[in-house]
Amino acid sequence: MNEYDKFSLDGRPIYFERGQSILEAALAAGVYIPNLCHHPEFKPHGSCKLCTVKVNGRFGSACTIKAMPGQEVASDTPELNGNRRVLLQMLFVEGNHFCPGCEKSGNCKLQALAYDIEMLTPHYRHFYPVREIDATHPDVLLDFNRCIMCELCVRASRDVDGKSVFALAGRGTASHVVVNSPSGKLGDTDFALTDKAASVCPVGAILSKRVGFAVPIGERQYDVDPISAQASARQAEEA
Amino acid sequence: MTTTQTGLGTYLERILKRHGRDSGRLVQILRDVQAEFGRVSAEAMAILAERLSLPIGDVESTRDFYSFLTSEPTGTYRILFSDNITDRMLGNQAIFDHMARRLGVSRGVVSADGLASLDYTSCTGMCDQGPAILVNGMAITSMTLRRADQICELVRSRVPVAEWPNEFFRVDHNIRRADMLLGTDFTPGSALRAAVAMGREAYLAEVKRSNIRGRGGAGFTTGVKWEAARNARGDARYVVCNADEGEPGTFKDRVLMQFYPERVFEGMALAAYVVGAKLGLVYLRGEYLYLKAPLEEKLSELRAARLLGDSILGVDGFDFDIEIHMGAGAYICGEETALIESLEGKPGRPRIRPPFPVSFGYRGQPTVVNNVETLCKATEIALHGGAWYEGFGTKQSTGTKILSVSGDVERPGIYEYPFGVRISQVLDDAGAKNPKAVQISGAAGQCLTTREFGRRIAFEDVPTAGAFMVFADHRDMFEVARNFAHFFQHESCGFCTPCRVGTRIQAGIMDKIAAGHGTQYEMNELQHLREVMRTASHCGLGQTAGGAIADTIAKFREDYEKRLARKDFEPAFDLDAALARAREITGRDDADSRMLSDA
Repeated sequence: MNEYDKFSLDGRPIYFERGQSILEAALAAGVYIPNLCHHPEFKPHGSCKLCTVKVNGRFGSACTIKAMPGQEVASDTPELNGNRRVLLQMLFVEGNHFCPGCEKSGNCKLQALAYDIEMLTPHYRHFYPVREIDATHPDVLLDFNRCIMCELCVRASRDVDGKSVFALAGRGTASHVVVNSPSGKLGDTDFALTDKAASVCPVGAILSKRVGFAVPIGERQYDVDPISAQASARQAEEA
Repeated sequence: MTTTQTGLGTYLERILKRHGRDSGRLVQILRDVQAEFGRVSAEAMAILAERLSLPIGDVESTRDFYSFLTSEPTGTYRILFSDNITDRMLGNQAIFDHMARRLGVSRGVVSADGLASLDYTSCTGMCDQGPAILVNGMAITSMTLRRADQICELVRSRVPVAEWPNEFFRVDHNIRRADMLLGTDFTPGSALRAAVAMGREAYLAEVKRSNIRGRGGAGFTTGVKWEAARNARGDARYVVCNADEGEPGTFKDRVLMQFYPERVFEGMALAAYVVGAKLGLVYLRGEYLYLKAPLEEKLSELRAARLLGDSILGVDGFDFDIEIHMGAGAYICGEETALIESLEGKPGRPRIRPPFPVSFGYRGQPTVVNNVETLCKATEIALHGGAWYEGFGTKQSTGTKILSVSGDVERPGIYEYPFGVRISQVLDDAGAKNPKAVQISGAAGQCLTTREFGRRIAFEDVPTAGAFMVFADHRDMFEVARNFAHFFQHESCGFCTPCRVGTRIQAGIMDKIAAGHGTQYEMNELQHLREVMRTASHCGLGQTAGGAIADTIAKFREDYEKRLARKDFEPAFDLDAALARAREITGRDDADSRMLSDA
């Protein structure tokens, strides 16, 4: 890392390594930029758009734009957070998200971001889509009602597990994750609870069976600290 | 179809063989399966997945992305009505309803005997000779009630589409103003000879000198694109002709492909000569299926004339050939990286850029993607040089531009002008009747009013890919914008949140206003939504999807306001309507079973 490799994020200097995206560099420096489809172990995807920032006055995804010396990046502004609130509202009305009954509550990135960005209502008219639950697998439950189309499971299963168990099919709001088996059921695949794809879902669409509220609500990951505080906490731990 | 599993396998094998068992040709394979069986069934998918060594989910993913591919059977006669606003203005809905009655089918439902299915589809590019329909993929123009009756008769008598009267399928060029491209004779091979005589470097220098910019809308400098693709590292290079003319209101590429194919193909060969490509791919939108056979015939002629193939014009190492790929009903594939994904057999979801196709395109190799018209213009530069070319148009927008004029004009069709022509000039030439608005460059473009008719068609003033839809003063601009809103909802690829969800919310709000339940609140919502889609969307589709609404709100606010309820807010949820099902179940319709309106 050299002295000149830094950009400015909301006025703070962020040092980065060549090749890092703005998002990677910011997170590494302990500065949080909201994100959902990003995962440090996977190539940037750029679909959720929560990480939309302004780089030298132009809008773009922090996860796909490479950090460059001298960039002026704005992220934590009323305008950008306002847009993020709208994006979260869109995700909430597009699916069927009933947090109180969801085992992922408190560990869910979508919910955590909604709290953090102060999304008080879903605002838009709910789509109430009819989506299926797939309980055919002995160890894993799929509840597509909560899917936000981030494709992390698709990427993990293809790129890490080498199984390509999932794919994104359809178009527009008819987009949906499908399971790669002639029956379309997870039970007919070689998916395993130990797969990377079983643990990457940011929401409660892929859940381990026979685990119910082992950690009580109120003591879960994002119940303790807001999601935005975790990047700086992680960085403090590592330092 | 009563084909057994093994019979199905045999048929599919034939199709797979035709495509060299190349999983990269999956869209082409699925098109053939759809044409043969009227659908791509789960059984067919399983067999294809196995024989192409693809996960079945990937096959499903591709199938479900394209409008013309279906999992359930369509009618033996699949009739799709083009539903651009220009088709509506020509009365397509009345003809649709008439046909639905005559055939006894409802929208989107196959008739009980499996004979016919009827639905709407996005603009089929026949705006100057609409209303237009597609029957089993073949374009039929100038629909009338009489023609609809004739078609119903043919359907009921089960006459194969190939035996229907030729005049149904007549597609006119309607060239109303020809300039340097449309008005000049062209001898196949002449541009290539000129370029080869100059040499690669010199010809590229002429292209750069001409300052020609891409005609697909973005206006990127063609010479710079070619040079970048030539200089990029790669094992192979490709030239792609973007003939996925899906922007509502555009049809000039259809005319060029039908009446000037030598120009298009020679332009591709010129690009190949400069960048060193061996293979060219034409991505022809599915709606232009009727052009496929004649274009393939034209390619054979060019091969016979040694203008395609190995050692073109005897130049050692100048080997180049062209394949035609068909789209399958997806507007987004006009975006160059989505187009490349589709060429590779995948759903047309735009890639992250950079890298750009010039360095990482088709199959990960350097690829030039040019619009049909741009490629035609490349032949002019070979023949006459960059300095000559630069003499036409304006300083920043050189050469001529072809406009597709439709809507409320006496002479709809194709108009070629030097760049810099005023909107008013085009309106006069086309015989516009009391125009109140022009939608430039399609649903994704901008809406201009009478005050702006003095502006010029040019990259530096009013840029356009070519669509020019005229609306007379009796037209309702709210309905124009609502038509576009539904178009975008239908065509959003679904990849990014703001476009996938935003286009649907937007169309929903427009419908709420149309139903008389909108208020000032909805007007503000539309504008806020537009800002989020514009600034956060992954590609141009979402970025422009709210533009027509924002423009029409700004310029034709009265068309919205006359529909607004005089309240601060009205809920979208209608409690009385929601009780309808309960009334039906209980067989009640008394006063107590209804919510009284508080008005």
